[in-house]
Amino acid sequence: MTTQNETEKTTVRHIQELAAITVRFAGDSGDGMQLTGDQFTDTTAMMGNDFATFPDYPAEIRAPVGTLPGVSSFQIQFSKSIIFTPGDMSDVLVAMNPAALKVNLSNIKKNGLIIVNSDAFNDNNLRKSAWKVNPLLDETLKDFQVIKVPLSELTKNALKGHPLKLTEVDRCKNFFALGMLFWLYDRVLDHTVDWITKKFAKKPEMVNANIAALKAGYNYADITETLPTQYRIPKTKMEPGIYRKISGNEATAIGLITAAQLAGKTLFYGSYPITPASNILHDLARYKNFGVRTFQAEDEISAMGSTIGAAFGGAIGVTGTSGPGICLKAEALGLAVMAELPVIVIDVQRGGPSTGMPTKTEQTDLLQVMFGRNGESPVAVIAPKTPSDCFAMAVEAVRIALTHMTPVVFLSEGYLANAAEPWKLPKLEDLPKIEIKHPVAEEGKTFYPYSRDEKTLARPWALPGTPGLEHRIGGLSKADLTGNVSYDPENNQKMINLRAEKVARIANDIPELEIRGPEKGKLLILGWGGTFGAIFQGMEELATQGIVVSHAHLNYINPFPRNLGKVLSSFEQILIPELNMGHLLMLIRNAYPGVNAVGLHKVKGLPFFGAEITARVKELV
Amino acid sequence: MSPEVLTPAPMPYQKADFESNQEVRWCPGCGDYSILATMQRTLTKFTRPKHEYVFISGIGCSSRFPYYMNTYGFHTIHGRAPTIASGLRCVNPNLSIWVITGDGDGLSIGGNHLIHCMRRNINLNILLVNNEIYGLTKGQYSPTSRVGTVTKSSPLGSIDYPLNALCVAIASEATFIARTLDSDPNHMSMIMERAENHKGVSFVEILQNCIIFNDKVHGPVVGRENREERMIYLEHGKPLSFGKGKSKAIRLNGLHAEIADANDPDAREHLLIHNEKDATPNYAYLLTQMTHPEMPVPFGVFRDIDRPTYDELMLGQEKAALEARGKGDLKKLIYGSNTWEVKA
Repeated sequence: MTTQNETEKTTVRHIQELAAITVRFAGDSGDGMQLTGDQFTDTTAMMGNDFATFPDYPAEIRAPVGTLPGVSSFQIQFSKSIIFTPGDMSDVLVAMNPAALKVNLSNIKKNGLIIVNSDAFNDNNLRKSAWKVNPLLDETLKDFQVIKVPLSELTKNALKGHPLKLTEVDRCKNFFALGMLFWLYDRVLDHTVDWITKKFAKKPEMVNANIAALKAGYNYADITETLPTQYRIPKTKMEPGIYRKISGNEATAIGLITAAQLAGKTLFYGSYPITPASNILHDLARYKNFGVRTFQAEDEISAMGSTIGAAFGGAIGVTGTSGPGICLKAEALGLAVMAELPVIVIDVQRGGPSTGMPTKTEQTDLLQVMFGRNGESPVAVIAPKTPSDCFAMAVEAVRIALTHMTPVVFLSEGYLANAAEPWKLPKLEDLPKIEIKHPVAEEGKTFYPYSRDEKTLARPWALPGTPGLEHRIGGLSKADLTGNVSYDPENNQKMINLRAEKVARIANDIPELEIRGPEKGKLLILGWGGTFGAIFQGMEELATQGIVVSHAHLNYINPFPRNLGKVLSSFEQILIPELNMGHLLMLIRNAYPGVNAVGLHKVKGLPFFGAEITARVKELV
Repeated sequence: MSPEVLTPAPMPYQKADFESNQEVRWCPGCGDYSILATMQRTLTKFTRPKHEYVFISGIGCSSRFPYYMNTYGFHTIHGRAPTIASGLRCVNPNLSIWVITGDGDGLSIGGNHLIHCMRRNINLNILLVNNEIYGLTKGQYSPTSRVGTVTKSSPLGSIDYPLNALCVAIASEATFIARTLDSDPNHMSMIMERAENHKGVSFVEILQNCIIFNDKVHGPVVGRENREERMIYLEHGKPLSFGKGKSKAIRLNGLHAEIADANDPDAREHLLIHNEKDATPNYAYLLTQMTHPEMPVPFGVFRDIDRPTYDELMLGQEKAALEARGKGDLKKLIYGSNTWEVKA
């Protein structure tokens, strides 16, 4: 565990205190912007600020250098108060080349600070990024404070005498820039120095060079007065506890392993690589000593099929994918509905339709996971609301699937998957065990594979290999109790009703919906999934303007929390912001026909800004 | 519908112990009856308890198979049985898992899964029942139907060039590959037994007769009057002999097989000797190219080699990880490498 380590500063001048800052790092996808952002984030965390990050990168692994499609960005907001979004517009942009400036200029606040690598503004790069004239030389940036720093040249000078090739020297310039930012926000270098030392342990020359570049950047900012002022963001008053930084996909992987341990089961993860879900597979593949078995399937269908097979065999069967993969899994998911096996399907939603925008975020799969199968095939649907919430909801997904013998869809989002925030770590002893019962043969008693638990309607999870319980299941219509093939009309209706009722009864086993703000009033903002942060921020902003509205956030979408109807009826109007064209809105209007619900829709591959929420609320109140 | 009787049957099992209470509903005269009966009879030869067998199928006539076996069974969806079987095998190394598929299920809609399942060498027994026709959908041509096959969907004759099931298995480097036929229960039983005893993926093509939509399609080879001259029963270490009095055999001419006189003393030393253990697939592939009417058609085990199974390797990695890092510590996992404390 690292504790905070304040270092005495020798030269302190013009330190200005701020409540919150949003910084955006942007460069070529080969410039190491995600890494730079991560390091800035880690130090921010260690120094006691709440934060939220937003990596925004292209699908191309290495688009041509210097071009617009190759720009990779990383945004972080850090604050003295609790926050849940990476900020709307940035206060500061670090642009490593003209393309990065062009792509991100519209995201910078008026009067914001732009630090550019002036060395990169040559004719070739300007042409590749479609600048007609050099924006550093005309009026383009007149609304901003522009700091031109010859990053390449300064890094080269700083690393004179280091035994590196020229291209390797140039690759250290991100650390020079990071050093400048550390000075700007009055940060210590210790954490990043430690990280570099560990990361390049096998290449001491890289350790020395990167640390030298980092320190040179810091000192350059300190000595040259290039940057006008230093800023300090006071520590956030966070709940006491032990914290770590976590992204949504990391939290999902850890949550699944935790759930498997709580259930005392093998975790099977069958998956086909797909952005933005792949790193759940990568993470889980590293944890074989936790009894995790990963299976990189030949396609999405096989990923689903193998997961069903694993669940049939008594393991916790999980598959992970994104929207296009859900389409391919649909038929097999229907089999899991019919076979009533506990499988967990993770859908990290991305831009669609079709291949869409693989690295961008959306919430456009809700209706697909609800209804995108043949026949009447209800599944449970839950959604995490922040990156760290992915942990708790992954545990929930497993608990619900095992307790109710049903497929559960876990609807994450590209934004949650990659964004990071501080996570207050749970106490292990607070996590309840997941109780599982597998039937065994009882002398003289007949085993019915489709008998049901009185309370939940779950059928028994009888495992192949259990003496005396031999039985057959399958996708053909099931006879009540025996599970034999049946074409009996009455039986079919009964089984359809039973499966629907089984999923509906999950409502008895999940928490009631909580309201933030007044319990009744004019307007309730009803959100789900990753819109939580923007709604939270929007409400904070509205509160400062004396506008009070309420907010409720759905973690559970199918079934809805049992008090949802009551909550909705306590408000004159319901606003449902979603990164789609009205999926939850349609479900709510259907389930509660009298409710006056309106939507706020955005499908741009980006999360909501808090300002977009406030603007819509102001239209309504 | 009477419920299953749960009194475990004593070993050794009788064939009836493997019969479920479900009424078998294949067409009268269907080759699947013989395959089912042979399977039920073959399982009585093993010492494995009944509850350790799992039959997994896709969609098609033959895929009803699991319902009729009094073992664990899963009738899944079209073409996907190998995926479900693979997942089950990954989490349970002790079961005997059989995949029942057909030429449409396994080679058309499920072709992708079949090849990947075989190249991974997952320890499963795959029976592909090949009648060169879609039966359950009432008689369209299948990926193994011959060019010119007239069906409802190919009224002028099929223009699709057919797949050779065993070529697919060899290209996928399956470690056990065999062919048998529905009308020879003893041979079929021997092959099933060999498949079960093989560690790794066992792929068996069973030539089966669809009496309704493709009657006697295999007749020119396996019909009683033709067998002697047109079938070769492969035996490891022996020449590929056939014909009346085993008077003929196969020899190599360059890269091609040709028919030779088995009794000619000069020819005898050049006769091809069957070797199912050949590590390279070339010889087995050559056998798959022996097709009617140019050549007699081989039946038996084409290939039976050893290679580590996927499930073994998976468990091996798990064991190695446990030895190297110890049993996973949940607290360490959750806490990660970088934490900080916020004090009250």
